[in-house]
Amino acid sequence: MSVEIQTPSGEVKTTHPAADLPPAVEEADSTLPFLQWPAVGSLFLWMIVPLGMTIYFSFIRYNLMNPELTGFAKADNFKYLWEDPAFFPAILNTVILLGSVLVITVVVGVLLAVLYDHRFFGRNVATLLVIAPFFVMPTVSALVWKNMILHPVYGLIALALHSVGLPAIDWFGDHPMFSVILIVSWEWMPFAFLILFTSIKSLDLEQQEAASIDGATGMQMFFRITLPHLSRAIGVVVMIETIFLLSIFAEIYTTTSGGPGTATTNLAYLVYSLGLQQFDIGIASAGGLLAVILANVVAFFLVRLLSNNLKAAR
Amino acid sequence: MDNRSVKIKNLVKTYVDDRGRPTFTAVKDINLEINDGEFMVLVGPSGCGKSTTLRMVAGLEKITSGTIEIGDKVVNQVKPKDRGIAMVFQNYALYPHMTIYNNMAFGLKLAKKDKGFIQNSVSRAAKALGLEKMLDRKPQALSGGQRQRVALGRAIVREPKVFLFDEPLSNLDAKMRVQMRAEISRLHEQLDATMIYVTHDQIEAMTMGDRICVMRDGLIMQTADPLTLYRQPANVFVASFIGSPPMNLLRGTVQRGDGGLVFNEGAGPNSVKIPLRGEIATRAERYVDKPVYFGIRPEHLSNEAMDQMHVPLNSTVDIAEPMGSESLVYLQAGNGNMIARISGEHIFRHGDTANVYLNLSKAHLFDAETEEVIR
Repeated sequence: MSVEIQTPSGEVKTTHPAADLPPAVEEADSTLPFLQWPAVGSLFLWMIVPLGMTIYFSFIRYNLMNPELTGFAKADNFKYLWEDPAFFPAILNTVILLGSVLVITVVVGVLLAVLYDHRFFGRNVATLLVIAPFFVMPTVSALVWKNMILHPVYGLIALALHSVGLPAIDWFGDHPMFSVILIVSWEWMPFAFLILFTSIKSLDLEQQEAASIDGATGMQMFFRITLPHLSRAIGVVVMIETIFLLSIFAEIYTTTSGGPGTATTNLAYLVYSLGLQQFDIGIASAGGLLAVILANVVAFFLVRLLSNNLKAAR
Repeated sequence: MDNRSVKIKNLVKTYVDDRGRPTFTAVKDINLEINDGEFMVLVGPSGCGKSTTLRMVAGLEKITSGTIEIGDKVVNQVKPKDRGIAMVFQNYALYPHMTIYNNMAFGLKLAKKDKGFIQNSVSRAAKALGLEKMLDRKPQALSGGQRQRVALGRAIVREPKVFLFDEPLSNLDAKMRVQMRAEISRLHEQLDATMIYVTHDQIEAMTMGDRICVMRDGLIMQTADPLTLYRQPANVFVASFIGSPPMNLLRGTVQRGDGGLVFNEGAGPNSVKIPLRGEIATRAERYVDKPVYFGIRPEHLSNEAMDQMHVPLNSTVDIAEPMGSESLVYLQAGNGNMIARISGEHIFRHGDTANVYLNLSKAHLFDAETEEVIR
């Protein structure tokens, strides 16, 4: 149902009646604000207590190996963190892991979404199989990859390499970061696929037909119609994955334990290592605070990017 | 100048399911010739196969059997872009991420046309459609009518032999629809191009088409110019589909009475009896005691007898819709209702006896079994 409004210029505007009504939320805001307080308050506590404790710990001397030593530490914890030989590799590893997994999951997700948009025999079963890795616990999937697929003695890849006469590869020893990226990508590709697949389903068929009449080939159709249509969904995937991938831990802990050396130590693993292996809660808290700041900076830009995207689309 | 006619021969479309089993035949062996420069309208209720036919002409739908020729060339295996067609869709099908300019230029860009040439054709089309000021905007910023105009522009810049329209006005509001209807008709005059236009709206069909092809259930019921369709419907379906309000149809039999042939609606004390005279009586001659439909348009019921071909009808007024210069009067006549379009300013009241006359020279008889007109 729509209403026609004749403007003085003679132009006819069509509006939906619902659009004329004031937003209901605003009204509730002005009359009964205190009803929201319990919700806002509990969320605030939920966030502020751990954050406050982390900030507090990051400024005191707090080592479990030496509990006698306490007191205000000024910025020493941050200084020690900065000087830790594992710090820069950890930052770098976090970025490499994040970037690689994002690229792999989005590219594979888009390609799979395009493939599954076509009808083929057994598509429903195949879709289920593509999504399945998402439901496996990170620890379990890391163990499966470590012991059944990548293991140099009884892994499937070693078996395949032996059968063609090639030597086995010690994946976690020789290519530790690559192996972790592989596992994490395998876990997160279904998520990207799911979001992109639903998005590609909403691509207007008439638009594709118009493009084919306009003479678009398969490739041109992909790059000039499908990919722009998917851009918003890709934004959503990148944002949500970024938040989760910054704190990847279980996969590293179960497979390489951050090694060899610091080859697979990311920020999350470094914080764990500082706090629960070296028992220095102070420095670990400083690292944790840094991770919070890092995640917020990234989230800020992504949310802004996405909301601009949404505004432009409207 | 090259030939831009479209010839459809024995065209069949059968849809198949995933395993290749036939499920539904949408188009059943139709033949249709569309002349160079003609505005052909395909009209019919939903599911009659009109859109499927159009999509097969466009190359968006595979042909099951039969041939389609565009300009004397069989195009069954030709890709849509090489058929020399342009299509305007119901939902506009604009590319949302491109500006209006790029929407219109997309086809030419893909065809690797010269930049100056593209700019020239787009600006010419934009000017013709009043879109010059919107070329930098995105489709979201435009109203429905403007969007459909962009879609028209995108079709024009392709300089096609044949324009295809798939219910282009059904998403617009009533006022815009009337305006765009005139605009498309004007475009047809200007471009002098062949156009095939699919609609379910018989008013659109009547006002725009050079010729109209009425379809039902995958079959062509009649192809003719608008006035012929109106005056000489070939069957009951066309008679009831074309015209608003629709033609009054009474089912009954032809009987031989004292003063000649009579159409008798059947049993019941109040059933309508219409004495047949003149030409229609000659036509009825072969159908004595056989079931027929008697059809007469509302505008051929009048409140005065002009000549002896006007016969009175016993009826009472049910509802009247006065519209100023004329009134639509719903009559209780015999076992059913009839609608009369009475010109002049009159007041009718429910239950009044209506003094109406049927103009027999404008009436039709249809064979009740085949539903074909009796000539």
